[in-house]
Amino acid sequence: MKTSEERQRQAWLQRLRLDGPLLCGLLALAFISALTVYSASGQDWAMTERQLLRIGIAFVVMLVVAHIPLDSVQRFSLPIFSAGVVLLLAVLLFGETSKGAQRWLDFGIVTIQPSELMKLAVPMAIAWFISQQPLPVSKRRLLAAFILLLVPTLMIANQPDLGTALLIASSGIFVLFLAGISWRLITFFGIAASAFVPILWTFLMRDYQRQRVLTFLDPERDPLGSGYQIIQSKIAIGSGGIEGKGWLQGTQSQLEFLPERHTDFIFSVYSEEFGLLGVALLLGLYAFVVVRGLQIAMRAQRVYQKLLAGSLTLTFFIYVLVNIGMVSGLLPVVGVPLPLISYGGTSMVTLMAGFGLVMAIATNKRLVMHN
Amino acid sequence: MKKRRAPIRDHHAESALFARRSIVAMVLVVLVLCGLLLNMYQLQVLQHQQYQTRSNDNRIKVVPLAPNRGLIYDRRGRLLAENRPVLSLEIVPERVSDLSDTLARLQQLLNLNDQQLEQFEDQRRRERRFDQVTLLENLSEQQAARFAVRQHEFPGVSIEARLIRYYPHGEALTHALGYVAKINRNDLQRLSAEQQTANYAATRTIGKLGIERFYEQQLHGSVGYQQIEVDIRGRAVRTLSVQPPIPGSDLTLELDLDLQQFVYDLLGDMRGSIILLDPRDGAVRAMVSKPSFDPNWFVQGISTEQYQGLLSSRHSPLLNRSTQGGYPPASTIKPHLAVLALEQGIIAPHTKIWDPGWFQITGVDHRYRDWLAWGHGWVDVDTAIVESCDTFYYDIALRMGIDAISEHMAHYGFGELTGIDIHEEAIAVLPSRAWKRARFNQPWYAGETVSIGIGQSYWTSTPMQLAVSTATLIRRGERPIPRLLHSISTADTETIAAVAYKAPLVLANPANWEVAIKAMNRVVSSVKGTAHRAFLGASYSSGGKTGTAQVRSIAQGETYNADEVEEKYRDNAMYIGYAPVNNPHIVIMIAIENAGGGGSIAAPLARQILDYYFSLEKQHEDL
Repeated sequence: MKTSEERQRQAWLQRLRLDGPLLCGLLALAFISALTVYSASGQDWAMTERQLLRIGIAFVVMLVVAHIPLDSVQRFSLPIFSAGVVLLLAVLLFGETSKGAQRWLDFGIVTIQPSELMKLAVPMAIAWFISQQPLPVSKRRLLAAFILLLVPTLMIANQPDLGTALLIASSGIFVLFLAGISWRLITFFGIAASAFVPILWTFLMRDYQRQRVLTFLDPERDPLGSGYQIIQSKIAIGSGGIEGKGWLQGTQSQLEFLPERHTDFIFSVYSEEFGLLGVALLLGLYAFVVVRGLQIAMRAQRVYQKLLAGSLTLTFFIYVLVNIGMVSGLLPVVGVPLPLISYGGTSMVTLMAGFGLVMAIATNKRLVMHN
Repeated sequence: MKKRRAPIRDHHAESALFARRSIVAMVLVVLVLCGLLLNMYQLQVLQHQQYQTRSNDNRIKVVPLAPNRGLIYDRRGRLLAENRPVLSLEIVPERVSDLSDTLARLQQLLNLNDQQLEQFEDQRRRERRFDQVTLLENLSEQQAARFAVRQHEFPGVSIEARLIRYYPHGEALTHALGYVAKINRNDLQRLSAEQQTANYAATRTIGKLGIERFYEQQLHGSVGYQQIEVDIRGRAVRTLSVQPPIPGSDLTLELDLDLQQFVYDLLGDMRGSIILLDPRDGAVRAMVSKPSFDPNWFVQGISTEQYQGLLSSRHSPLLNRSTQGGYPPASTIKPHLAVLALEQGIIAPHTKIWDPGWFQITGVDHRYRDWLAWGHGWVDVDTAIVESCDTFYYDIALRMGIDAISEHMAHYGFGELTGIDIHEEAIAVLPSRAWKRARFNQPWYAGETVSIGIGQSYWTSTPMQLAVSTATLIRRGERPIPRLLHSISTADTETIAAVAYKAPLVLANPANWEVAIKAMNRVVSSVKGTAHRAFLGASYSSGGKTGTAQVRSIAQGETYNADEVEEKYRDNAMYIGYAPVNNPHIVIMIAIENAGGGGSIAAPLARQILDYYFSLEKQHEDL
């Protein structure tokens, strides 16, 4: 039996189209983000303020997206995807070059980064395409879906933005996985992917990307050059110990030994100051968000919604895995931020828009139930 | 579009499949997170000690300490290059929250000009963000006071005291001492090739020219280190250990400041070079090149306009005329040629040649004129040197031939580096068949040998080469390597620079030296001598040889302007001299551009300088 207060609260959340547990998880992450950015920026209040503002904007975006009718989302999946591909093509032809990569489109008033849009458009389109037929997915459809996925992935990898390409590819693969492609095929693709690695290395990767991989394999090779970042990051994490050095007390970050400490390497700052206990808490929070997201996907009524919610949630997890793996020396350095914690607005807004969709799916289901 | 056959959906089966896959995913997610956590456990618990140590090491900063640069003294212990304390304004960009605002406020407070800010920007872009960058090299007392009062308004900006090089005698010694200036990219490359990068970790300037460059290694010293512990904000808490830097060695030069300054002042607006050296050991007593420039400009970073001014000046002040200027030696090499002619047996000491005022190669119309239009009449080798007869030398040069001349002249050091202890040196041109083939891809013509007889044609030499050749001649073949350095001293040692000689010139008949030397003595002592008037009444004996070089170009300038040269068609005045005649201890070399005759201009200068030199000698003997 639910008390009337509980029912009232649920009704209030329902009206806002928000899922309570998921919202709590996201708010907790945002809180950690503000704390850590303040410390990592060298206690720069102006930067922390900007981060808080971004968090606010991101939550508003989530709220707005949650109110978009899911039928329209489903209907416009393919058009949005197609528009995204066109924009990527435009980037390829007229894009702004910054830091050696061509990612932005300058429209005079606004500059946009089409690859961010694709982070949502790709899972939407693949989910839409797969859900046209009952599960499990047929082989022909699977092949078509793969081609659909490969086009934007290669275009983004070519910018070059390996991090985003990786995230987009995994979002599509997750849809296919959740749609029940056979384990035999999964094994086959696993082997095919490993065979692809040498081709990737010799033909597709740029020098700086190869350099990153080499550094990853042996950071001490060049301790003051490219290996510096990863060594300093591991020192920060390792010296944190079980309990951490305490908030604002991390010497590695406060003494500025750690480059990119408020962006991609913010996890090192967090680990140094909050220790293994803090890390366990943060990983627990991420696990909670992911499990809740999958739960929502499982409860969704329509296949499209299931696939979309599942894919968005698992892609969110890929962010966590790649970022933490990278700063702790398990994976090569790929420019992927720690989701919802790293300083910076673009990825946070995209992620929260994704969670807006998940929220919409979560609350949509209840509407159906009430009916 | 034809709609596809809608398959029958089994919602339960679909949901069950999706749920199975979701649970697999969940399990994988949890497993992966456990893996990440396990890795963190490895780093934060198992390897904690190791990383803790490395983190602590990071709290200890090693700060390099620059050694004090060695001082430079003249032969009588007077300072030529010293280190002066200055206050500079330093900025650590990363510690400044709003750099452009800070700069704007500093500009107002300290009256900085835009160029200074631009230089800072340039510098800043080259440094790392957490490195200190100099905004102002030399704060005036007023600026320092104004900043000190309001320092709290400028976090990340500080005043630092350090030593900078100062040359108290300015432009008089520039071409000998050289200067130090900011270490640039080329210097860094060289330092890294010499594995000296660590030694220069705290050093800002490096010797660029002259003595400062040649003895950079000795002057610089060795870097020291200070280990400091920093707090969480990076401020120094305490010093853990200090390894003091070893200061650079002090140099004592052979130069005499008084003599150098006297010669420099004496030259006034004239252009050229004057060198005095001790023929016995090559010790350089004075080495002046005019025009010159103030080396202190370079120490603190010369402005672009100043530097452009120096570069584009048609009088090439940057050129060290003493060692890089190529002057036709003109008649100053007649004694050397006489030695060769005697040695070859082309003439005997009393052989006479008729001089009608010109010389002609048999069967060729062209007349080579003597400077005395009506001719010297019958001249022997002695008269030919004393009166500087040209026709005599046209004749013997042609008979000796270019091969013998260039072979013999090489023994005096023409056409090669003298080996003086500065790097700015040119070999000038000692013409030969091979040289002309390489330079113009043409054969040598006999007519050219004729002009070689009076030190003209392609022949050029640096004043230092001429000074050394004079020393070689009067020392009867012993060729010293000119040397500015007398000794190097550290706190407890003194090393005297080694006196060195090149391979001596040995004559088959040493009496031939005496013929030439006697004639050179008579250039001064004989009433007919070209330098007789200049040295009339001197309190010391001396010998020498005048030279008047026809020029079509100024001394091997870096910028050569043909129109300008046409206007300046006047001769170069040359003089080589030595004193006293018995066992000379000083050689003087004078080359003055576009000034006129060697006898009328250069020799009187030599007289004044030698007078001063001997008065100095007497002064120090009396002491």
